[in-house]
Amino acid sequence: MSGRIGGALLLVAMATLPLWMGDLYVLAILTSTGIFIIAAISLNLLLGFTGQLSLGHAAFFGIGAYTSALLSLGFDVDIGLADPVVVAPKPVWIAFLGAVVVSGLFGWLIGKLAFRVRGAYFVIVTISFAEVMRMVALNWVDLTEGPMALNNIPPLSLWWPGRGVITLATKAQAYWLVLTVGALCYLLVASVVRSRIGRALVALRENEPLARSVGVRVTHYLVVATVVSAAIAGAAGGLYAHCVRIVDPDVFLFIYTVTMVIMVVSGGKGTLAGPVVGGLIFGLLPQALRGTAPPEVQWIVYGIGIILIVFFLPRGIVPAFAGLARLRMPRALRPSAGVGS
Amino acid sequence: MSAPDADSAAALEVRDLAVHIGGLVALAGISFQVPVGAIVSLIGPNGAGKTTAFNVITGFMQPTRGQVVFRGRDLARLTPDRIAALGLVRTFQRTSLFAGCSVFDNVLTALHLRGRVGLLGALLRLPSLRREEAGLRAATREILDFVGLAGRADETAGNLAYGEQRLLGLAIALAAEPTLLLLDEPAAGLNPSETESFKQLVRRVRERGTTVLLVEHDMQMVMSISDEVLVLNQGSIIAAGPPAAVQRDAEVIRAYLGTGKRAAA
Repeated sequence: MSGRIGGALLLVAMATLPLWMGDLYVLAILTSTGIFIIAAISLNLLLGFTGQLSLGHAAFFGIGAYTSALLSLGFDVDIGLADPVVVAPKPVWIAFLGAVVVSGLFGWLIGKLAFRVRGAYFVIVTISFAEVMRMVALNWVDLTEGPMALNNIPPLSLWWPGRGVITLATKAQAYWLVLTVGALCYLLVASVVRSRIGRALVALRENEPLARSVGVRVTHYLVVATVVSAAIAGAAGGLYAHCVRIVDPDVFLFIYTVTMVIMVVSGGKGTLAGPVVGGLIFGLLPQALRGTAPPEVQWIVYGIGIILIVFFLPRGIVPAFAGLARLRMPRALRPSAGVGS
Repeated sequence: MSAPDADSAAALEVRDLAVHIGGLVALAGISFQVPVGAIVSLIGPNGAGKTTAFNVITGFMQPTRGQVVFRGRDLARLTPDRIAALGLVRTFQRTSLFAGCSVFDNVLTALHLRGRVGLLGALLRLPSLRREEAGLRAATREILDFVGLAGRADETAGNLAYGEQRLLGLAIALAAEPTLLLLDEPAAGLNPSETESFKQLVRRVRERGTTVLLVEHDMQMVMSISDEVLVLNQGSIIAAGPPAAVQRDAEVIRAYLGTGKRAAA
């Protein structure tokens, strides 16, 4: 209950931030961090709740970014037919939804493929998948412009009462956009996790034979989780494309997946707030250090931070503090007799 | 609990079931029936093939040959989750729980088959979702009450005492609404008074309309609770019948106690 109030207060503070804080640089950093937090939220659904480690999660992010960019820019591509396939530029929101759908479809494909071979094999399949996507993005120049990158991607737009269609091009608008989509994704994952589907996912993580013995269809639920996870990662990629407005094959880099994993694990995998907390810390830490320390010291601090968290809070920051709060509570209540649950 | 099929007298029929694991013959072609509404026990020395039989019946292992027919339906090549959905549910020999979850959530999770809400319903938080959740929570409390764990609902399952964990294992299986329940050594490691109350619980499960097939080493429990006892030795059924008859069976005595003269005593 107190968590819900805290969350609402945090959301209000975040939503009004551009009104009382004029620093556009900080706003831009929060925006890009927010995009990564959305990706981390999606990874957490797989890693935290089903216990499957996807080390190719940047692939879904990148597919989302490229799909949204290409659909909004329009493209023509020769795939061996008589005439090249020509796709006219689509409205940005259609492109964005396209990114969600296409990423979800790839999630379905990977889920179907990979969950026949689980555990370490799933990790390998996802890593390979991301690397293949990077190679495709790098070499299919006809479609993706390869290393020259896709430029001039239009920003997302919004119809606002009284003002007609406005493009969300300013830093504050981009910030609000990411915050809204992020809050929405958080609620979606929360809905899934707290439902019968979420319980089935946790059951598979905790004890697969037992889950099967009470009728949980393993493959079905793992595929559902991968599709939802991939679709949300695709949404994050779409936001990235329209906020940064340039997409190159580096979006598929392994380091981005690793960053997401660090955010999820340090924050607390399998908790809803975990990726948000971990994402804020490891998204903002490098920026906070940038002005104060030389680069090599920054990376050392970053590394030590990760090691300390893994060492002292192996389950992550959120579970550690939740446990602390639970320990404190009864002690505070006990003296006043009769109070308590 | 749905009523068993009236047209077939056997809840479960096993025909010539054989399992070869590599060169080892774990089951050498066993056949037996479990009548609807009965408590049937499967006993035998360690390594006799009891758990293998359970694994094959519930779809966790594939048989080398033979048939498992549940309420008139051949279970060949069905996965454990499909078999559970048909109403054939098992417990596990070693305590098996969702250890990191609360006792309440363990049972709530195990009520999976009773829920209908899919991804869309969950995402959109449809009104049907709330109604269903309320129903499932009520059912969870009812089941916890039935096994006597209502007072431990908020405890983490992994922190329960051993005896309570066995009860929770049963509660999880009951949540899947079995018409036939397979219990794999439910009393293993329990003290005599715990065993006695577990026995009463199994009787009450049967009274609710669930047929029970039991694997158990505690002979006192087996002989006092069973309508019929099947004795398995080295992959074959060597005796079957009411407890009193099986206890007098010469071959059973030999299998359990060796061939010494004192065995007859």
